[in-house]
Amino acid sequence: MALLPVKFDLKKRVKLAQTVWFMYWFAVLAGVLVLSMGLFFKIELRKRSELMDNNESHFLPNLLILMGLIACSINVFGGKVCYDSLDPDKFAKWKPMLKTYLVFCVGFNALLLVTAVLCFLMRIPMQFTLAEGLRNGMRYYKDTDTPGRCYMKRTLDLMQIEFRCCGNDNYRDWFEIQWVSNRYLDFSSKEVKDRIGSNVDGQYLMDGVPFSCCNPSSPRPCIQAQMTNNTAHYSYDHYTEDLNVWKRGCRDALLSYYGGMMNTIGALVILVTMLEASVTVGMQYVHSSLCNLANPEDPESESEGWLLEKTVKETFTDIMDKMKSMGKGVKVEEGEPAVETVS
Amino acid sequence: MVVMKMKFPFQKRVKLAQGLWILSWCATVAGATTFTLGCILKTELRRRAEVMDNQDIHIVPNTLMIVGLASLGINYFASKICQDALDAGRFPRWKNFLKPYFAVSCFFTVLMLLAVIMSYAMKGSLESSLKAGLRNGIRFYKDTDTPGRCFQKQNIDRLQMEFQCCGNNDFRDWFEVQWISNRYLDFSSKEVKDRIKSNVDGRYLVDGVPFSCCNPSSPRPCMQYQLTNNSAHYNYDYQTEELNIYLRGCREALVNYYMGLMNTIGAGVLSIFLLQGSVLVSLRLLQTAMEAVAGKENTEIETEGYLLEKGVKETIMEYLDPVLKFLLLKNQVEEGSAAATTTPT
Repeated sequence: MALLPVKFDLKKRVKLAQTVWFMYWFAVLAGVLVLSMGLFFKIELRKRSELMDNNESHFLPNLLILMGLIACSINVFGGKVCYDSLDPDKFAKWKPMLKTYLVFCVGFNALLLVTAVLCFLMRIPMQFTLAEGLRNGMRYYKDTDTPGRCYMKRTLDLMQIEFRCCGNDNYRDWFEIQWVSNRYLDFSSKEVKDRIGSNVDGQYLMDGVPFSCCNPSSPRPCIQAQMTNNTAHYSYDHYTEDLNVWKRGCRDALLSYYGGMMNTIGALVILVTMLEASVTVGMQYVHSSLCNLANPEDPESESEGWLLEKTVKETFTDIMDKMKSMGKGVKVEEGEPAVETVS
Repeated sequence: MVVMKMKFPFQKRVKLAQGLWILSWCATVAGATTFTLGCILKTELRRRAEVMDNQDIHIVPNTLMIVGLASLGINYFASKICQDALDAGRFPRWKNFLKPYFAVSCFFTVLMLLAVIMSYAMKGSLESSLKAGLRNGIRFYKDTDTPGRCFQKQNIDRLQMEFQCCGNNDFRDWFEVQWISNRYLDFSSKEVKDRIKSNVDGRYLVDGVPFSCCNPSSPRPCMQYQLTNNSAHYNYDYQTEELNIYLRGCREALVNYYMGLMNTIGAGVLSIFLLQGSVLVSLRLLQTAMEAVAGKENTEIETEGYLLEKGVKETIMEYLDPVLKFLLLKNQVEEGSAAATTTPT
C-alpha cells in the first residue's frame, strides 16, 4: 500500500510538471543565495582574521559554498528532467537515473539541515577564538615597529571605533597591559621609573585607555588618562561616569555581530532546505506518476503517483534486507577465494 | 532651410519605429535611474545638514528628481506614439498633441543638462555653506547642555572620525575656540584662571584638539593636548609630526566627497541625456516621415523625414510667438483699460 497516493490524469500531470519546473528555478536561485552567503561570511571572517589570531576556522563558510554549488547543479538537472517529463521520448532516457537522483537529493537535504544546525552552533567555538585573538591583539597594540604586528594598533583602534567597544571584557583590560611603546617613554623621568618599578614584569602600566575607547556621545571631552583618580579631573566620579568611554567589551560586540550574521544565515538555510524538500517531493510524484501509466502504450492514460511505493515500515525493512544481501554477497565472494586457496 | 533631411523607404520606417520602441523603454528605465540618483544625492546632503549653513545646493538633486519623473512620462508617450505611428488609422489622433509634447520634452531634456552644469557651478556655494556650518559646529561643540545644540559635539566627533579630518581649515581652528564646557573647568585652579585672563573674551583656550582628531594609523598613542609644546611629550616635534592627528580640514574633506559624488552622478546623467535626446530626434523623424504618408493611398511609398521644417531661429520664434503674444496681449489689454479709466477723469 503506497504512502500518500494521488491519482493523475494527463492534465494534472502536465500541471504538476510545470509547477515543479517553476519551483526548480526558484531552487536554483536559492542555491545561488546559499553560495553567496557562504562567500560573504568567508570575506567577513577574512577581514577580521587578525583579531582572531589568524586561527579562525573556515569550515562553515567552505561548507556553505560547497552546498550552494551542489544545490545549483542538482536543481538545474532536476529542472531539465521536469521539462523533458512532458515528452515521453525524452523522458525515457532520464528514467533509469531518476531513482538514484532522488535518493541523492534526500541525502543532500539532510546534509543541508545539518549545515543549518551547525550555523547556530558555530557561536561556541567562535567565542573562544575571539577571546584568545583579542587578548593577543591588545598585547601587540604597542608593537608598531615589529614586522607582522605593525598594523595591530590601527586594526584595534578602528575596530573599537566601529563596534563601539573597549578592551576584551571591558575597559579595565587596558590597565593590565603596557600599551604605550617603550620608544615613547622617557626612562630618565621619575614617573616612568616608578611605574616600571611598581610591578614584577617591569611594564609601564597606567590606568588609562587609548583614544579609540572614547564615546562621542559624552557631554564632556574624553577622559583617557588617570581614569580611576577622581581628583585628577574636575567634577568626575569614575564609579558613576558611564558615558565617557564605551562600557561594552569587544568580545561581546564581535560575538553578537557574528552571531547575528550566523543566525540569519542559519534561518535562510532552513528555508532553502524546506524548498529543496518540497521540490524533491514534487519530483518523486512526477517520477512515480510517469512510471505507472495504466496503459503503458498510451501516454495520455491515467496513472497513480505516490511518495513511497510501500509504507514507511516496509520500505525501511526493504532497505535493511537489501543491505544485508549486499553484505552476504561480499561474504560469499570472500568465501570463494578461500575455497580456492584451500584446495 | 530644412534641418537634417533624410529619406525613409517603408522598411526603414518600420525599423525606425521598432528601434524607437525599444529605445523609449530603455529611456524609461534611464528616467527612473535619474530619479533614484537624485534621491541618493538628496539623502547624502541631508545626512550632513547640520554642518551646512544653507540649503542652496539642494537645487541639484531636486532638479534631477523632477527631470527623472518627467522623463518617465515623456518616454511613456514616446513608446505609445511610435506604436501607433505605423498604423495609418491611429496616428492622426496624436496630431495636435505632438507640438506641445516636443516643446515640453525639449525643455526637460535641456533641464537635465542644466542640472549637470549646476552641480559643477555650485561648488563655490557648497564650500561657503560648509565653511559657515563647520564654524558654527566648532563654536557650539561645548554646548552639550543647550537645547538645540546638545548633539553638536556628537555630530562633529562622528564627522571627524568618518571623514578623517580635523577642524574647519585644519586642526588649528580648535586652538581659537573654547571647546571645553565651563561645567568641567575648575575655576579655583591657577591654570584655568591664567588661561582665561590671557585673552580678551575670557575664554579657556588650549592648544589641544578633541579625541576625534586622532589618527589611528599613528605608531604612538595619540597626543591631544599641548600640541605646540615639544617638551611636554617625549621624542616629539610638532612641526615634523604628521601621523598624530588628521592634518586635513573637514571642509576640504566634505567638498571632495560631495564633488566626487556629483561627478559620478553627472557622468551617468550625461549619458542618460544623450539617450533621451536620441529618443526625441528619432521620434521627430518618424513623425515627419509618417505625416508625409497621411492621406496617400499607398502607405508604402518612400517619404522624407526632417528635424526642423525651418531654420533653428525661425522655429524658436514660431514657438515663442504664442507665448509672447499671450503675455504682451495681456499687457496691451491692461494698458488699454488703464488708459480708458484714466481719460474720463
